[in-house]
Amino acid sequence: MEQFMQDLRGSFGILKNPDVIGYLLKGLAFTLGISFCTIVLSVTVGAVLALVRNYCTKGPARVLRRIASAYIELFRNTPLMLWMFICFVMCPAPSFSKAFAEMLGFTSTVAVKTLFKAIVAFTLFTSAIMAEIIRGGLNSVAKGQFEAAYAQGFGTLQTMTLIVLPQAFRNIIPTLLSQMITTIKDSSYMASLVTVELMGCTKLIISKANSYNGTWVDRFNRGTIHVTDVFVLFGFAFLVYFAINFTLSCFVRRMRARRRA
Amino acid sequence: METVWSAKAWATVWQYRATFLNGLLNTLQSAVVGLLIAMAIGFALGLMATGSVKGLRMFARAYVEFFQNTPLILQVCFLYYALAYSGVKITVVTVGFISLGLYHGAYVAEVVRAGIQSIPLGQFDAARAQGFEYTDTMRYIILPQTAKIILPPMINQVVALIKNTSCLYIIGGADLIATTYNFVTGESTGGAYGPAYLVGGVLFFCVCYPLSMIAGRWERRLKERDAVKPDKADAKEATA
Repeated sequence: MEQFMQDLRGSFGILKNPDVIGYLLKGLAFTLGISFCTIVLSVTVGAVLALVRNYCTKGPARVLRRIASAYIELFRNTPLMLWMFICFVMCPAPSFSKAFAEMLGFTSTVAVKTLFKAIVAFTLFTSAIMAEIIRGGLNSVAKGQFEAAYAQGFGTLQTMTLIVLPQAFRNIIPTLLSQMITTIKDSSYMASLVTVELMGCTKLIISKANSYNGTWVDRFNRGTIHVTDVFVLFGFAFLVYFAINFTLSCFVRRMRARRRA
Repeated sequence: METVWSAKAWATVWQYRATFLNGLLNTLQSAVVGLLIAMAIGFALGLMATGSVKGLRMFARAYVEFFQNTPLILQVCFLYYALAYSGVKITVVTVGFISLGLYHGAYVAEVVRAGIQSIPLGQFDAARAQGFEYTDTMRYIILPQTAKIILPPMINQVVALIKNTSCLYIIGGADLIATTYNFVTGESTGGAYGPAYLVGGVLFFCVCYPLSMIAGRWERRLKERDAVKPDKADAKEATA
């Protein structure tokens, strides 16, 4: 028991280390940044896919519809991990400057490239899910809205951008927000490829816990990683993810309840 | 990508076909065992969430919120590391079963809860008036009626579960996706990127796509049936 308390104190000591906590918070910033970029990009791509799948129903444009459908089904029925691995090996990446890498806090430009590839994979995957969500929104807009817009002399583009899409997006805000929770959770998949976001950073700190938890003596006695280190550090990560996602999910629930009323 | 056209790369993949098959079997095994655990947890929690005991309701809520709001990868890693550092000998495969079961149990619980709550309260009252106990009410009256509502989202959960087996890569799992990646980066087999990813992806797609299609069709049919206006339905009955 005495030993356990001592281990536990050592483990909490890791979190009190300003270097460690700063590193973990930087990981959190990346988790949020990556999720934000992915959501913005995939809502854009998803909207295009959804419009094509829903409205390219006549003439030669039907080929585009086929392509959009195939894309959506392909990505919805294969795991994100596969696309991360594919992009990691095959996706071309622009060469980033050393200054840009350092600005993001990386020592090498290779890490930025990997991050870029991972975001590409993440966006490709999430776009398919977003497309289906947006399609649901488009289908919820009443037919009369199209007819009314055409009757007022609106063209197809104007009808879509001014009348249909705004209503569609308003209808799917709760679903988009809950997809945000999934995206924040899914960003942890990157930990398998590159250590930038919270999950990867936490894992890295645990693998080095012996040099932070007070058991490290000198370079001959490397110290030991205690099970309490695992509990405290992963516990911290659990807490952070939970705080963000639970807040979002409460928000979504309240919004849904208010809309039903 | 050029390797897709390389006969040599295809030959390598063909030579190691047993590796891919083994990966697929591992994925399916994790998915089936994970699903069984998830079903058991999900039905228990779903019943707790709709029951009358406040403590159990709160427990079910807390469980669902915790598991739905934290990443599966973190749960997998935590379970694996916590057991490993406390000296418990456990295989990667077992950790996979447990963590997939716990995580998807939360989602199944929500599906079951929504299903039970979609049944009109009158059904519960009627069952009680007929002298049914709680277990009999659930078994003979309520759960059979929820089946058709529950099934499409349940199949979607199965697809999600199969996809999530790829999480196990982080602790060294040998599922289909990890196998494919290890194959393309392996020392003796490396380089056959195109064919290997194609084979891995196609195998995965062939498992998931039929399931998603069944779920999608079923859901559409339910929606269409619900969309029939009540007065129209009445009219149909009158003419029948």
